[in-house]
Amino acid sequence: MSGASAKPPVTAANEIYRLPPKIFDARCAACWFMLALAALTVASFWTLDLQWAKFLSADAARRMGRFLGELLSPAANPAFLWKLTVASVETIAMSALGTLLAAIAGLALALPASRTHAADPARWRIPTRLILNGLRSIPELVWAALLIIAAGLGPFAGTLALALHTTGVLGRLFAEAIENAPPGPAFALRVQGVPAGRVFLYSTLAQILPQLLSYTLYRWENNIRAAAILGVVGGGGLGAMLAFHMGLFHMNETSTVLMAMMLLVALVDFTSYLSRRLLQR
Amino acid sequence: MFWICAALVLLAPALVLTEFKPWMLFEPNALKATRHFLGDFFPPKIEGEFLLMVARECWRTVAIATAGMTLALLIAIPLTLISTSALSISALPGRMHAMPFVVRQATRWLLILLRSVPELVWALVFVRVVGLGPTAGVLAIALTYSGMLGKVYGEILESDESHATNTLLRNGAGRLQAFCYGLLPQSAAELTSYTVYRWECAIRSSAVLGFVGAGGLGQQMDNSMKMFQGAEVATMLIVFMLLVGLADYASAWLRRVLA
Repeated sequence: MSGASAKPPVTAANEIYRLPPKIFDARCAACWFMLALAALTVASFWTLDLQWAKFLSADAARRMGRFLGELLSPAANPAFLWKLTVASVETIAMSALGTLLAAIAGLALALPASRTHAADPARWRIPTRLILNGLRSIPELVWAALLIIAAGLGPFAGTLALALHTTGVLGRLFAEAIENAPPGPAFALRVQGVPAGRVFLYSTLAQILPQLLSYTLYRWENNIRAAAILGVVGGGGLGAMLAFHMGLFHMNETSTVLMAMMLLVALVDFTSYLSRRLLQR
Repeated sequence: MFWICAALVLLAPALVLTEFKPWMLFEPNALKATRHFLGDFFPPKIEGEFLLMVARECWRTVAIATAGMTLALLIAIPLTLISTSALSISALPGRMHAMPFVVRQATRWLLILLRSVPELVWALVFVRVVGLGPTAGVLAIALTYSGMLGKVYGEILESDESHATNTLLRNGAGRLQAFCYGLLPQSAAELTSYTVYRWECAIRSSAVLGFVGAGGLGQQMDNSMKMFQGAEVATMLIVFMLLVGLADYASAWLRRVLA
């Protein structure tokens, strides 16, 4: 304590007497935010004609009970199970093909959408990014509903819908990856007079390929989930079977389709988890 | 050469299964329907009454998302509190007791179950039970999102520094007290930012849920598409993109401010 005696005495933390902050203060942004949030929530419940009475009524409970009861006895005859397997494989094929098309189209659009070096005029950067944003902001399901007019009912419309939405997502991610790639190797090639295409192939692409691959695989995982429900609007796969059997009140078949869907999603989750664990070792 | 052959062998069945026939798009019949429909897109319909209807449906889309998120939070928060092992008193000296362990695992399985059914499927089920309208959409979002929120909240809370919480629990604080004074102050920003992000996702998905009859913009879009009203579809698509863009922007701004 000999050294401490030379220092000035430490002031107590609570020397200055202060009132606790007021509950509401007109300058407190958080208070206004909470008020706005509460108003939004109340207004939402107020304006929606939610039929709680109907949902909580004995009738709805009975229907829900019957529904769940019927779901508990899934159909399991071999012919149906075979159809279900085909639909599941179709779902996976849709998602794989859609993702592949999207990866190719995404890379093709990412090139004009990125500024590779400071002297690059990148004239097409803004328009291409607008196109990518447009593709991305319309969900797969809406694309599928639109494409059914051009491509007819079935998995083809679903595949194209997945491809279009995913092109928007991947194109943007790819463009960002291209712009963020370390500029050194590309610069070295460019000062030697190598044309732009080869600079991209031999330096930028070689550097970012693992990243592109991981983005694509991640989107594939998402797309399997999306492909399972695209059929509800007529896009083929498991969703088409679900919509068909549910529409005809074939509850036993519906139950089996639902289980297959959950199994597929669980399988995808598990595979992705496992591969992540294996790759991280 | 080998890789090209392998790719072809893998791709061929996929092409057959998905009935991949791009030339179908250019058949005269399909082309005529497409051209007719797309020709209708321009100019988009901008009558006063129709725009008013679109604005009302837009609000309903946002309202369904907000109401669904509120209910999802009401379900997710208690489930998260139950499932968080950082709040376990019996785990303090060493291993968690059997009973709390079973309860926590059961809650986690419940969250996984809620999350693994897509909201569109929940919506289809609830449309059967409560009829067409926003109730089905709100319930569908509430159930799926409670699963997602519960899982991610749990992960955020578990990944936090548990020293303060442990000290509180060891000194006799209740679980709720330990949560409010130990865990929550550390992770409040992260939790809020994830909730705002999920709200943005809920707006996107509530627009889509309309396609199975759960109210909102999607339902009107579905109706117009079935009647081949290209002009109406064009307006709604533009409004939809604006709505999603706005939600995206608002959520990014909120997350930046809250961080």
